[in-house]
Amino acid sequence: MAEMKFNKTGDDTFELDVCGFVCPHPQLYCKKSLEKMEEGDTLKLVFDNASSGETIIQMCEQAGHEILEQNKEGGKIIYLIEKG
Amino acid sequence: MEDQIKKNTSRAYIVIGVMLLISILYASASANYMYLNVYIWFGLAYGMMLQYGRFCFASASRDLFAAGVPRMAVGILIALIFFSFIQAILAATNMSTFHPAPAGIHTVIAGIIFGVGMVLAGGCASGSLYKIGEGNGTSVLSIMGISFGQAIFVTAGGPFLKLVPESWVQSSMTKTWLPRENVTSWFDYYLTGFIFDRGTIQLSHTKLFSGLPGAWKYFIGDALINAIIPACILIVVIYSAYMKKGFLKKRARHNKKNPDNQIPVSGLGVHMTGIKDMILASKRTTMMGVLIGITAGLHIFVMKGMQLKYNVTNFGQLLTQMGHGSDTGIFGNVFDPGYWYITTQEAQFAGWIMEKIGMDMRHNVFFGVVNGLPELWRNPALWMSIGIIFGAMILSLIANEFKFKAPHGELIVWGLLGGTLMGFGSRPGLGCNIGAFFIRSAGGDPGGWLFGLGMVTGAFFGVKFFNWWTERKMAKEMADF
Repeated sequence: MAEMKFNKTGDDTFELDVCGFVCPHPQLYCKKSLEKMEEGDTLKLVFDNASSGETIIQMCEQAGHEILEQNKEGGKIIYLIEKG
Repeated sequence: MEDQIKKNTSRAYIVIGVMLLISILYASASANYMYLNVYIWFGLAYGMMLQYGRFCFASASRDLFAAGVPRMAVGILIALIFFSFIQAILAATNMSTFHPAPAGIHTVIAGIIFGVGMVLAGGCASGSLYKIGEGNGTSVLSIMGISFGQAIFVTAGGPFLKLVPESWVQSSMTKTWLPRENVTSWFDYYLTGFIFDRGTIQLSHTKLFSGLPGAWKYFIGDALINAIIPACILIVVIYSAYMKKGFLKKRARHNKKNPDNQIPVSGLGVHMTGIKDMILASKRTTMMGVLIGITAGLHIFVMKGMQLKYNVTNFGQLLTQMGHGSDTGIFGNVFDPGYWYITTQEAQFAGWIMEKIGMDMRHNVFFGVVNGLPELWRNPALWMSIGIIFGAMILSLIANEFKFKAPHGELIVWGLLGGTLMGFGSRPGLGCNIGAFFIRSAGGDPGGWLFGLGMVTGAFFGVKFFNWWTERKMAKEMADF
């Protein structure tokens, strides 16, 4: 059973895995995670709900966070986001 | 990865092939089924556009309240503007199948229930269908909730009859054209003793606009006053509340970094640029908004054309001619909206199953009188819903975005509960986010905005709940670091 996982993976790096979750959970957890981080920290976001992607991209754009990378691995979508 | 893309593309072609085969089978079974084929292919087109634009009415208010992202709210308003203009052209040429519905406080209450439901379920009525096409198992539960929620709601009698006000009973009794054995549920009295007594409003038919020369009443009353101006006002409100500050801040930052290349930070022109940027921020959503608006209008045009071709006003008449009179209500009609609509056909789907397991689903007004209970394969609007699922599946397979996600844990609860609330809300509201809000608002019926107001209010409370829920789960996760 899929569970939301939010981990600190380094001094200034975090990982949020919301695979298996559907709207609105990936975007909500992404927003909450970024709120908990410091400016300059990076978040590796792993999700598999394509519908959430468009909202996450716009949310980051508006809040001044930079999406450094966007990748697809199998059915998973991975964004690397730097908090702005 | 390459293999997966190839596999998914082949699957997309298989789905297209199956849809073509189904259409050919229907066309060869009877020329009358062309009527049904039109629903299938418009459904397919809606599904593709919804999936490509990530077009979901739940996301409109939810992303706005939860994440401050206006892309979907703006996309829907753009679709509404285009659709209302085309609706006006169709009304002016007597090619419209639109009909307004009675509105009042019940519309707002229904909207609130629906709004909470769509946020919990993670998708509106049409959004849940396209998400099934992406492999989203939670949306399957949500559609089951909508379907059975409605079917139970419209047939619930027994102790629920005690909730019926005496005035509804009295009023219902005066409808002598209605066989009394068909008035058995709480909802039957709601319809026959309350809703049927209420008038409807369509601006072009009011004293204020009906006197306008030629077809101007449709363009001025229905499109401009009821849809385009309110939609434009809402776009400005959304910009002011969610985008203006960030947009001006970005410009100020630019000026600080580039002292030799200053750009204006105030004035009407600046804000017009800000609104334009907001509208174009998600090009795929806005583009699909325009296309959906045009397609929804074209759908009405084609359905009216089919009715003229077959010389009928309802598909039930064709079913009766073909010897399938048992599919229809007692007056020979089946649910045949003539435009984009979602919920009633899902209620019929659940009603059909409940009848097959031995429940009496005919002695009521909703199925027995107004909408009929056709066999699933002869239900025109249900084919539109199936078309949406397969249309979305085709595009998500081609884009390699299809992934089956089985519902788990809390998502099972949210899907079922949210879907059921959408089902409960859509019946007293006489439709969902499409039939009760989008189509009505664009067609000149102010009641559509009442449902929209309720829906957004409900979504606001749904978002408040989810904010609290996710905050709680994040706190647990962060306890370790």
